[in-house]
Amino acid sequence: MKVTTLKINGQLVSASPGATVLEAARENGVEIPTLCELEGISNVGACRLCLVEIAGSPRLQPACVTEAAEEMEVQTDTERLKRYRRMTLELLFAERNHVCPVCVANGHCELQNRARENGMDHVRFPYQHPDLPVDITHDRFGVDHNRCILCTRCVRVCDEVEGAHTWDLSGRGTQSIVITDLNQPWGEADTCTTCGKCVEACPTGAIFRKGSTVCEMEHRRDRIRFITDARKKQEWNP
Amino acid sequence: MSTQDPAAAPAARRPRIATVWLAGCSGCHMSFLDLDEWLFELSKLADVVYSPVADVKEYPENVDAVLVEGAVANVDNLELIRKVRARTGAVIAFGDCAITGNVTALRNRFVTPEELLRHAYVEEADFQPQVPGDRPLVPELLPKVLPVHQVVKVDAFLHGCPPPPHEIRSLLETLLGTPGEGAAAKMGKEENGEPKT
Repeated sequence: MKVTTLKINGQLVSASPGATVLEAARENGVEIPTLCELEGISNVGACRLCLVEIAGSPRLQPACVTEAAEEMEVQTDTERLKRYRRMTLELLFAERNHVCPVCVANGHCELQNRARENGMDHVRFPYQHPDLPVDITHDRFGVDHNRCILCTRCVRVCDEVEGAHTWDLSGRGTQSIVITDLNQPWGEADTCTTCGKCVEACPTGAIFRKGSTVCEMEHRRDRIRFITDARKKQEWNP
Repeated sequence: MSTQDPAAAPAARRPRIATVWLAGCSGCHMSFLDLDEWLFELSKLADVVYSPVADVKEYPENVDAVLVEGAVANVDNLELIRKVRARTGAVIAFGDCAITGNVTALRNRFVTPEELLRHAYVEEADFQPQVPGDRPLVPELLPKVLPVHQVVKVDAFLHGCPPPPHEIRSLLETLLGTPGEGAAAKMGKEENGEPKT
């Protein structure tokens, strides 16, 4: 098994064969901010927060879906990247109604954490204030589209881990929305097994357990990785 | 207000700070008042020349720094914040309504203020449904609620709903150039547990 040797931020590092740039960075203690990525499910490069600079490429590449290559030279923390990350976060906040003080996930939100970590102290773009629905037709869970950042973790975890594929995306651009079954109310979606994996995977307050109020919704996001490790590696201790 | 004695010449002018309440719930000011006895310390360090908790009618000239609570939601807010900007050195967006619009901006999903008023006072009313019509008495709503920095230049942002007292104190101490010997951090631990997000 041959390791891949590359440079991250000028430092010579080695990565497991087939590792992505993100995995290579993590293996070597380099932090790259992520939002749509979740251990246990596939990567899609939806949030663009993990963009990195790769020498020789004029375009920024998402670290989560870019395979580390021999002699690759990666920069993860340049001023340009910081500027873009902040802008990406501002656009996410401007697109929907992310009003933290009245959110179930306030204090336990990955979007909020990334904003704080990346110095996003205000949004320079005009807020869109879309008129979006909240679906609480399911017995135990609810989805508030105002909080959704379209990371598609729910879609992926439902398809890849639960095998139900209740969730999917509908619409394009700012009209995009996550839907259950054929755009039916969640409570009427026959394929939903009520397993709650989408609830645990959600990075924000978009999918929540009914009954949780402001600050109360703590997602157990590491449970997804626990399930997949148990299945694939027969590791039962979290 | 301090009147400068010309005889006491080179003595530095006392800093002049203010607090302003636009469209917000006053919670940020409550948090400011939760500084309790430190407010006496503040009065030794600076003159508080305008505030909703002080009886001053007109926003004065030559203010060094102002904490602005609330978003810009109506014509009165707009007039005041423009005056504040013109007369103040450092404008600090104080709390989430000033920074993001927050709860006050939830009404922005309505296309017009008229639609909002109709919804609130007619459609949802169960007693004497009517839109309050006396415009001269109630400040006219702006089409959209705006965060302060989308109306005037903002120099700093203090987050929180409301910002916790120890953070307000840290900010004021930084502004007034009197770092509080780590007291602010200590106070935060004692009174607020771990700093909230």
